[in-house]
Amino acid sequence: MKTSVSLKINGKSYQDDVEPRTLLSDFIRHHAGLKGTHVGCEHGVCGACTVMIDGKTARSCLAFAVQCQDHDITTVESLGTQEELSPLQQGFWEKHGLQCGYCTSGMLMLATELLEHNPTPTRDEIREAISGNLCRCTGYQTIIDSIARAVEIKAGTALEAAE
Amino acid sequence: MNVKAKAKKSIPASRQREVPGQDLKWIGQNMKRVEDPRLLVGEGEYADDIALANMLHAAVLASPHAHARIISIDVSKALALPGVHAVMTGEEVAKVTGPLPCFGSPPVEQRCVALGKVRHVGEPVAIVAADSRYIAEDAVGLIEVEYEQLPVVADLREAVHAKGAAVLHPERGDNNIALQRSFKFGTVDEDFANAKTIVKRTLRWPRSGAQPLETCGAVADFNRGSGKFTVHCNTSMYNYVGWLWAVSLNVPAHKLNIVPTMAGGSFGSKLFLHKVPIIAATLARKTGRPVKYLEDRLENLSSCDHHGSDRYYECELALDADNNMTALKCDVIDDYGAYFQFGIGHHGNALSQITGPYKIRSVEANITAVLTNKCQQGAYRGFGSEVSNFVLERMVDAACDELNLDRLAFRRQNFIKKAEFPYFIPTGNLYDSGDYEAVMDKAVGMLDLEGWRKKQAEALKEGRYIGIGLATCQERSVFSSTEFWSLNNVPGFTLTSSAEGVSVKLDALGNAVVKLQAPFWGNSPETMAVQILAEQLQLAPSAISVAYADTDSGLSGTGPGGSRYTVMIAGALVGASKIIRNKLFLLAGHLLQAGKDKLELRDGKVMVKGTEQGMSIADIAMQAHFFRLSFPDEPEFDTGLDANYTYDHPLTTLPSDDRTDLGIFYPIMGHMCHMPVIEVDIETGKITFLDYVAVHDCGTIVNPMTLAGHVRGGTAQGVGTALYEQYDYDEQGQFRSGSYADYLMPKVMEVPPNVRVGHVETPSPFTEYGIKGGGEGGRMGTPPALAGAIEDALRPLGVRIDALPVTPSKLRGLIRQAQAK
Repeated sequence: MKTSVSLKINGKSYQDDVEPRTLLSDFIRHHAGLKGTHVGCEHGVCGACTVMIDGKTARSCLAFAVQCQDHDITTVESLGTQEELSPLQQGFWEKHGLQCGYCTSGMLMLATELLEHNPTPTRDEIREAISGNLCRCTGYQTIIDSIARAVEIKAGTALEAAE
Repeated sequence: MNVKAKAKKSIPASRQREVPGQDLKWIGQNMKRVEDPRLLVGEGEYADDIALANMLHAAVLASPHAHARIISIDVSKALALPGVHAVMTGEEVAKVTGPLPCFGSPPVEQRCVALGKVRHVGEPVAIVAADSRYIAEDAVGLIEVEYEQLPVVADLREAVHAKGAAVLHPERGDNNIALQRSFKFGTVDEDFANAKTIVKRTLRWPRSGAQPLETCGAVADFNRGSGKFTVHCNTSMYNYVGWLWAVSLNVPAHKLNIVPTMAGGSFGSKLFLHKVPIIAATLARKTGRPVKYLEDRLENLSSCDHHGSDRYYECELALDADNNMTALKCDVIDDYGAYFQFGIGHHGNALSQITGPYKIRSVEANITAVLTNKCQQGAYRGFGSEVSNFVLERMVDAACDELNLDRLAFRRQNFIKKAEFPYFIPTGNLYDSGDYEAVMDKAVGMLDLEGWRKKQAEALKEGRYIGIGLATCQERSVFSSTEFWSLNNVPGFTLTSSAEGVSVKLDALGNAVVKLQAPFWGNSPETMAVQILAEQLQLAPSAISVAYADTDSGLSGTGPGGSRYTVMIAGALVGASKIIRNKLFLLAGHLLQAGKDKLELRDGKVMVKGTEQGMSIADIAMQAHFFRLSFPDEPEFDTGLDANYTYDHPLTTLPSDDRTDLGIFYPIMGHMCHMPVIEVDIETGKITFLDYVAVHDCGTIVNPMTLAGHVRGGTAQGVGTALYEQYDYDEQGQFRSGSYADYLMPKVMEVPPNVRVGHVETPSPFTEYGIKGGGEGGRMGTPPALAGAIEDALRPLGVRIDALPVTPSKLRGLIRQAQAK
């Protein structure tokens, strides 16, 4: 019943023999060992498990791993490291955009997609971009602050690079 | 008479060692959280991140019926499925594992897997361990159960009269009343007899719940060689009452080690888990292999240990001729669901601040706790006191409406004044300090109330309905354990300790390791500990790391709950720091040839006061750990630089035997004023936020940024409770909120875009630095503020809000009714 699945996650290949019904979220967490993608509801409402498939955000609990063969998967592990946080992660840290941290990876992926298409979003555009995901801790306001802060950080970095 | 009674009562002396108002370096700063970097890169260790070698996965067969006798269970097909290692029914589980912990008295028996009877939809009927969760769930689908359905009790008022087969726990008597008790505090009959006005309302608070995004989970291992369990779990209170799991598992407490994982949110709902870890541990012992059990979302919604309060109130408020509130009477029925794990502790919470910020001098509370065919009640941000805040503020608004009084002026008139603290309320609890007028004044100033009143009037001319809400509520903090039993008819286990311990070690290089006895819960325990210890030892925050003790190494630790953790860990850290500071001064005094009283801590060094002579903490630490012969041969110089300190509750007394006085049990009293401005679309019932001001007084603030985070997050949950959320059961006890498409929580479009947070700091005279708790407040003020705002908006239509949640469709119904009049 098992089938060989090889997924490219964050540019690296992960192969395992899994049942065809294995969810992408389970493959990422338990077969690829990337635990930064969190599972909240497993029915596509909360968005905690949001990753990118070919550059577009998707809920990894609503996809089967086998469907993602030959597609590019991007998870929170593709962003920064603790030693060198990405501008978005830095923005979340500075603006208290997280408390328990469980929804954070999904929010970071939504924000990554937003800033790729719209590098200088308004607060309303940020709101719209995160409006499909649940956060039970923050009341969302500081998540918006965090993404806005990341835009400033990026602009600052771009300025430094230009200088 | 009340005055005389008050005069007799004494207040224990304050044990505060660090007074408020000092010049502080780290406490009070908006320090970025030390927890965050690892969470931001996806390196938190949540329950599902624990993986042990040879680990199996559990799944649970849930009852489809609200109330039924289990006639037979056939597990043969499930057991025959390849990859399945164990299938256990309630009967098999009961042979090795006893009932779950219950703090109610007399206890209501609850098992991790139902034995003989199911009492709510979602209750576990059988459990499976298999090679994967997928196979375990396949096996669950192969279990065949024959049920005989029993009469269902799904309505709390009908539950009071249930008899015979509709009784959930017949061994407790032929009724579904879990506990019934009446309390009178002060001269309530006299005050009602003398009242000029009596305001009456019937109010309904709906069953909602915390719904953290991470469900409850545990990984259990049983070592057959040592006969010892190790259980990793996202529970709290394990260093307080975790040993009760051992009782359930029929092993001595030292044969169980509980290891905390990080929790992806709790808000009370992981306060003390039992069903999930006991299921995992039972299967681990059966199979001889580690077992992971993580609830799926449906299980968490329908069968977690922690649904919130579900209450029906009939209330009366007495006012004298001068419109002073004098007495409050509440008849409340509370739907506890099928079990009774915390007794009516939730009403202890309510009684700790039942009179709010007001000088109401007498109270009658008639409490009926009923059992119904629903998931049991547990803890959710407020633990029942958020309900009494709603009730009292609704009564206050109702009094203003009936007497045509200004909502601000009436509150101001009835507030306890700043000079009157510490203040005993009629129930016997003490409010340590407060300045309620300052909080309300600040909120009114921040909101621009006059400006909004003008906009409201202009909007109304255009047929738009703007409303301004006002709630002035208490946030009790730092519970004492007497509330676990003081309301019981049969007190049961009358514990009086609820301490918080800490271990602090300075290593040989002078860096500090703090070991907490409670878990990360989604709050900021590491940041709090770092800021407070940095202050105490004048260390750089980067020189401090934080770890979490398991139960093998743990001291007593009650953990977060009742907004107590920051206050309690501050007390523990101050105690531990004083021991370490003494040792540093002892060693440095010897090495520097200076008296201890001549030394002080300055920027990571021990310095001789008034000089530039000193030694770094790092150098002293190296001496302390490795150079014993540098010091005299006295025991006080022995090797090491560490301290364990356990801080007891700062201010608590026993209740009186007749319970006309509940004693001091929740005295560190915060306060808040919430003022939302909303617009109601009367065609759709949709509510839009135009502004929101929330001013809180949590005493001395350790970190304004994280406190504001609690306020805003709590406010969002309060919006959910007030407008959207409900665990909905039909009359047959079928659960209709089994997914996030049915249990509706606010996303970003449903919350205020900008909750403007203000702080007033009235320090506690009883806690270190004057800190008060502040973790729950947002949710404790928002529901009444919103109910008032909706009424204010729809005043031209005469809509009254007596029940939550005010969903758009319910509000449309109320508007339609009002327009038909």
